[in-house]
Amino acid sequence: MDYQDPGETILVNDPTTSAAVAEAADAALAASGDGRAFERLYRSHSARIHSLVRRMIDADEADDITQDIFVRAWDKLHTFRGDAAFGTWLHRLAVNVILGRRKQVAQDRRRHHADDEPLHQVATRRATPEMTVDFEEAISRLPDGARQVFLLHDVAGYRHEEIATLLGVVPGTSKSQLHHARMALRKYLD
Amino acid sequence: MSDIWTDRLSESVDGTLDAGEQARLAEHLKDCAACRATLAELERVVSRARALDDRPPATDLWPGIAERIGVTPDVVRLESRRKARRLSFSVPQLMAAGIALLLIGSAAAWLALGSRNRQTIASQVTARSAGPVALASWVDPAIAASDSDVVELRAALVAGRRTGRIDSSTVRVLESSLATIDSAVAQAHRALAGDPNSAYLNQYLAKTLRRKSEFVRRAGTLVSTRMTLRS
Repeated sequence: MDYQDPGETILVNDPTTSAAVAEAADAALAASGDGRAFERLYRSHSARIHSLVRRMIDADEADDITQDIFVRAWDKLHTFRGDAAFGTWLHRLAVNVILGRRKQVAQDRRRHHADDEPLHQVATRRATPEMTVDFEEAISRLPDGARQVFLLHDVAGYRHEEIATLLGVVPGTSKSQLHHARMALRKYLD
Repeated sequence: MSDIWTDRLSESVDGTLDAGEQARLAEHLKDCAACRATLAELERVVSRARALDDRPPATDLWPGIAERIGVTPDVVRLESRRKARRLSFSVPQLMAAGIALLLIGSAAAWLALGSRNRQTIASQVTARSAGPVALASWVDPAIAASDSDVVELRAALVAGRRTGRIDSSTVRVLESSLATIDSAVAQAHRALAGDPNSAYLNQYLAKTLRRKSEFVRRAGTLVSTRMTLRS
């Protein structure tokens, strides 16, 4: 007889609660050293984490940083208490890894002074048939600060107070950056 | 287009203007087509951002991750992890693991019904009396929770509740989870009685017993830690 995985069969039948329960169980199993459980968590969250990295830093580095994030998650699993969803915990960890990498890159390249110019370029560029810039591409052309705030607030759902803490700025700066980013991006709506 | 409200439109989109400001903006918007248009565009930007699709990496990153964390598809370096990390396990995690095991055990029993229907009553009796012969080849006694471990855990729970060193809600959760796991194991045994030569069911029971062992070990640590902290 060809059996299918009974756990999956039942869990899929009750998606509202089973997904969270299954992830919490997988996180607990992974914390005890179960590589298969951790692989399931990777499969569930790799797209979201990879997309976050790709948008916040650089597509060229997305694979390496995504790997770093999951390796860090494996090492930190013992700190996951199950108070929040595993995905929420992982996302926060990913943001911290990304911001750490960003800081490192910024120090290396000394690009802080260039922030205003790209924002202006994005804000004034027209999406003509000859030079179509889609929404994701436009996000990638935002200056670092505005891009981080926009992605954290409008894509990931963080509050200004949380963003301010993460980025080491005041909430007013986060609000201002968000507004500038949105104003720039409205030219690139589909 | 720019006026005193232009830089406040994002706050309106986010609903963070106070009531007075929102009312004044509403008045302004009645006469300012430019701000109305900008506001609508900003709302579309937010909607577009929320609708962005997540795309998986073009190549599978798991092999690289598995290599870096020291696991392969078939081998887990459990011992090295035990040495490397402080043991920590919360009640919600324990409960989740217990519930997952119940679901899995129920599913195993459900699956077994199909195979049982193809068995005669006599063959079931024979299978039960013979025991799950194939089980021995799948379960490593060293990794299954011993009865003494379980007895010790139950005794610690009773003592913890009696002395007040462990919350009654924690005791209830752990006892319930343990009962759930035992139920899952029993159901897996019953399923095997109907299909004793099923490699899948034998493997599954072995996996469930391993998980029970891990649960008992972690629950025991949790209980002893709380007893110590409150003594």
